[in-house]
Amino acid sequence: MSKKSFNPDVDVIEWTGTQRPYDIIKEGTIALVVMSLLVVMLSVLFSSPDDRPATLRQWSHSDPVDFATTAFSELNGSSGTAGYGQPYNNTPNATQTIGPLALQRWMGVRIPVHPAADFVLAPLATLPDNPAIVAALQQWKLSSESERTMWMGYYAKVTPSFSNGALHLPDVNAGPIPVLMSSLTAMARAGSLDQSLLGGGRNYYSTDYTRPLLFLADGNWFGGLAAKQHLSGDQWGMMNETGSYPGQAWLWLYTFWYQVPPFSTSENADSLIWGLMMVLTVIMIFVPFIPGVRSIPRRTKVYRLIWRNHYRK
Amino acid sequence: MSNATINRQWTTRLRKRVEGVLPPEKLLPDTQPSYVASWIYVFGVATLAALGLVTLSGLVLALKGPTWWHVSNVGHFVNSVHLWSVEVFFFSMVIHLWGKFFMAAWRGNRSLTWITGGVTFMASIGTAFTGYVSQTNFDSQWIATQAKDGINSTGAGAYFNVLDLGQMLMWHITLLPLAAIALTGLHVILVRKRGVVPPFADEVSA
Amino acid sequence: MQPSHLAGIVNLDHPGHYIHFHWLLISYGNAIVIALMMATFVAALFLPFPGARRKGHHHE
Repeated sequence: MSKKSFNPDVDVIEWTGTQRPYDIIKEGTIALVVMSLLVVMLSVLFSSPDDRPATLRQWSHSDPVDFATTAFSELNGSSGTAGYGQPYNNTPNATQTIGPLALQRWMGVRIPVHPAADFVLAPLATLPDNPAIVAALQQWKLSSESERTMWMGYYAKVTPSFSNGALHLPDVNAGPIPVLMSSLTAMARAGSLDQSLLGGGRNYYSTDYTRPLLFLADGNWFGGLAAKQHLSGDQWGMMNETGSYPGQAWLWLYTFWYQVPPFSTSENADSLIWGLMMVLTVIMIFVPFIPGVRSIPRRTKVYRLIWRNHYRK
Repeated sequence: MSNATINRQWTTRLRKRVEGVLPPEKLLPDTQPSYVASWIYVFGVATLAALGLVTLSGLVLALKGPTWWHVSNVGHFVNSVHLWSVEVFFFSMVIHLWGKFFMAAWRGNRSLTWITGGVTFMASIGTAFTGYVSQTNFDSQWIATQAKDGINSTGAGAYFNVLDLGQMLMWHITLLPLAAIALTGLHVILVRKRGVVPPFADEVSA
Repeated sequence: MQPSHLAGIVNLDHPGHYIHFHWLLISYGNAIVIALMMATFVAALFLPFPGARRKGHHHE
């Protein structure tokens, strides 16, 4: 041992005093029995939440106009997903940064999602034997960029309505768009859009819900369901649970930052908060080496309570 | 065959090393220092017990796959046990952390014990999170769509796709539990090796 | 949202109640868990540990 001065926050005089009997196996067994009883009691008392998943089918039944509006935003590129940037697409200036660090952009497009093609055109192309849809898709495919822009401009001016199981649009010179939108809505209502987005039209098996979840999250309906359960980001949503259950309460510090300025108003909130939490985590892990922080226990003297029998001697 | 040959064997060396670092009476002690006398000390073992229950209920859920608990009363009950053992696990772990902080339990060459504890806490948060997004219900849909923005903003989302159920489920039931359990094991071994931190020597430092 | 079919004795499958104070918005569920955690911590500090005063013995 070097002749360093004794630092009470780092060094100890190892214990050579009295010992008392300690049955570690018995302690472990008692702990397991007590915790088992506690957990079984909590399970019987409170059960656990299980709200059914939201589907595009349900969405297009509950709020077909919101569905159709969102579907159009996927087609014309104004949806959240279409303008998301990396890792889904290359939309410029869409991603968050921490100062000069554009980590999100630098990682590139690793999970390519092209909403117009993936959410609208490809699913419709899987519907066989429907001449109107085939013709509309063909018209879209053969049209020029300026034609599409013109159609989308006209379509954007009208408000779709829904009655008698179908989407209705005022007469509008929007090329194939009305057919595409009402067909996609019908497809969603039939339940086949959920399946079609899942495999991306390429696979039989799929465990990847990236596309249907992004599509769902682009609309207002899905967020509305969550807001009703106090699950939104500005409602400390990450740590909340459906129903009245406790959720991930241990995320309190992470969710806390989203509620207060400057984060609550920042475009870069996610980046900044993740950066901050990483710094705080590193501080927590390296407490033993941080002067000042590591002195808190000695200065607060809470330990006098813990070891009060020892100090009483 | 000489003793020297035996002693040079890798196996022999490893065994002697382990015996030296962690002799059986340290691994399974039958006494402890008399200052270890507070309820605050039970939260470490309570966390371990809860981890056992989390693992056990998770293994039962694994028997019939990820969507069984939606359609079976038994499955739903096992899911409840899984959920509440996780709540109790974090509950105990956080109290354990507070307790060890106020004991400055890193003193006396015990900083690695503290660090492994802190990293285990983080691994546990990751494990719980991937569990929440693997529930295959409304909660998992919502948490996944919310969490993607945070994780994407760090760049990690390019490889760690919270919207991919298959990926999240694999992380939840293999990669992260392995990490959490291995870290917990290391943490416990370090505690046994170094022993419980002695009280502040107030008469020395004052 | 339909609640699940296996309810607990105490039904928590209804919209939660929330404490709302300025920026603070917390569900009763989480608030209770956090309050219990703090209470347990304080109790663990103050409650006498059984056998704590028992005389120790020397161990070599």
